[in-house]
Amino acid sequence: MENALSAEAAAASERPGRISEFWFYFRENRGAVIGLWIFAVFAFLAFFGPWVAPHDATEQFRDITLQPPVWQEGGSWSHILGTDPLGRDMLSRLIVGARYSFFVGVVVVSIAATGGIIIGLIAGFAPKWLDSIIMRIMDIVLAFPSLLLALVLVAILGPSLTNAMIAIAIVLQPHYVRLTRASVLSELQKDYVTSARVAGAGIVRLMFVTVLPNCLAPIIVQAALSFSTAILDAAALGFLGMGAQPPTPEWGTMLAEAREFILRAWWVVTFPGIAILVTVLAINLMGDGLRDALDPKLKRS
Amino acid sequence: MLNYVLGRLLTFIPTFIGVTLISFSFIRALPGDPIQVMAGERGISDERYAELAAQFGYDRPIYVQFWEYLTGVLQGDLGNSFVTKRPVWDEFFALFPATLELSICAMIFAVALGLPAGVIAAVNRGKFFDRALMSTALVGYSMPIFWWALLLIIVFSGNLQWTPVSGRIDLLYYFPDPTGFMIIDSLASGQKGAFTSAIRHLILPTIVLGTIPLAVIARQTRSAMLEVLGEDYIRTARAKGMSPGRINGIHALRNALIPVITVIGLSVGTLLAGAILTETIFSWPGIGKWMVDSIFRRDYPVVQGGLLLIAVMVMIVNLTVDMLYGVINPKIRKR
Repeated sequence: MENALSAEAAAASERPGRISEFWFYFRENRGAVIGLWIFAVFAFLAFFGPWVAPHDATEQFRDITLQPPVWQEGGSWSHILGTDPLGRDMLSRLIVGARYSFFVGVVVVSIAATGGIIIGLIAGFAPKWLDSIIMRIMDIVLAFPSLLLALVLVAILGPSLTNAMIAIAIVLQPHYVRLTRASVLSELQKDYVTSARVAGAGIVRLMFVTVLPNCLAPIIVQAALSFSTAILDAAALGFLGMGAQPPTPEWGTMLAEAREFILRAWWVVTFPGIAILVTVLAINLMGDGLRDALDPKLKRS
Repeated sequence: MLNYVLGRLLTFIPTFIGVTLISFSFIRALPGDPIQVMAGERGISDERYAELAAQFGYDRPIYVQFWEYLTGVLQGDLGNSFVTKRPVWDEFFALFPATLELSICAMIFAVALGLPAGVIAAVNRGKFFDRALMSTALVGYSMPIFWWALLLIIVFSGNLQWTPVSGRIDLLYYFPDPTGFMIIDSLASGQKGAFTSAIRHLILPTIVLGTIPLAVIARQTRSAMLEVLGEDYIRTARAKGMSPGRINGIHALRNALIPVITVIGLSVGTLLAGAILTETIFSWPGIGKWMVDSIFRRDYPVVQGGLLLIAVMVMIVNLTVDMLYGVINPKIRKR
């Protein structure tokens, strides 16, 4: 911990203003700041959801099933957003559900980005034949519509949230490979890489220490955007019955369970969707802000 | 130009073989023995098992099986469905028009609204219209479309009773379907009310499937327009006193269209992925619903063949877009 802090401090003193410059541009984008706040709340709920929620997410209040939200006739303050067909508190389930989506986003982006960056670096540095082989393989993965490929992968691995995450990570990875490779190829033309090479830097050092830090900007933006894609895809898989399994309060799975009550109880269908939409929207707003703040081309205009 | 086309075609071949290999090996990796699945609950005797394994070629080495699969695919033979016993190829192309009809309508919806929205936003950059349109586009882009579909059903089918909930047409109409496109066939049948029924069934799925492409096209059009509007020749046109409508409509939009066309082409994959959800929700009898049903029924040949055909279709569209791009933009060809 102390090491990490001192390293951070060293980096800050080395390049004063780099982070504050980023923050300056990020702050200018009001939408991005709002997105950041919503995301902070989302992350808070993901960690502390069970303690914040008014009820246990799995507790069934058998005598008040399908109770409408508080502002409608028949609603009560003890179940602000109403109850679901089994009498479970909607608000508590939504709050506890935040952690599944958050978890999906973090795990999928970590796997996809790590794998994608390493493969992309290899492709960028490799001789032409290896580069073509890697890129053809990526083309093959990209030829399948992402949701369909994830669906078939989950069918093979068996429906569960873990397998859904693995499938989505595999599907998202080629984007990182392409992005990293493209940045690496353009960085390799530059003089500082040549001088590092002349100074005797090994290939691993060239890859990770010399070139990679200069390729990170587009990758960070892609990470933000694929965080939201991962949440959407996991919810879609849950909705199709191939993601998290009931009674997990995952938002997409909740929607699938609520489908048959769609015309009788609007709240069981509406609220999980709003939760997904608001979270994804907040992350996309943040992603747009990140892109504008990190992309020097747009800064000038 | 010829070199460019040939070069692109050559990269198509290894990708095609790879896609075939993936769809082939997926099915071998699926849990459960396909023959046991076919035998069903009652089980199967060992002799019959061996007989069936020999009949389907499962007893031969895996590379022989792949080679036979590949040569079969090239002749349009994808095997038969376990459930219906009909050739996968025939089933796919019987259902494909339904998906195509829906996708075309969704794309028309997306382009018809997305292009003007992007242009209006770019011309009014930073003003109210720009903010309102782009916020809406971002909401559309972030939309979980399966939920969007349920919401539209609650409002338009449940509360207002304007549109039907599922299917392509009311059951009381029956007519031959030479084209497979319900809109055309219902019109050609001449039956009263058939055409309106088909349209009413199309509205909600079209909106649901078109939402994300609409948002993507609007955002892309705006940024492409902004880039073009900053060019010198636009300033020259403005200095010459050309009317803003003419500048935006003719000079700017035409050049802004190049990246937009690419985005439209690349949306085909998005459309097919969206069709899986949209068709499942609206019981639309297309390939998306067919694939989901087959996955749940463990109908291996269908999953395998459908996956392959969909991937090849996406590849062909991407290839066509690349070539069109080469035609429109000569800079790319020279590379």
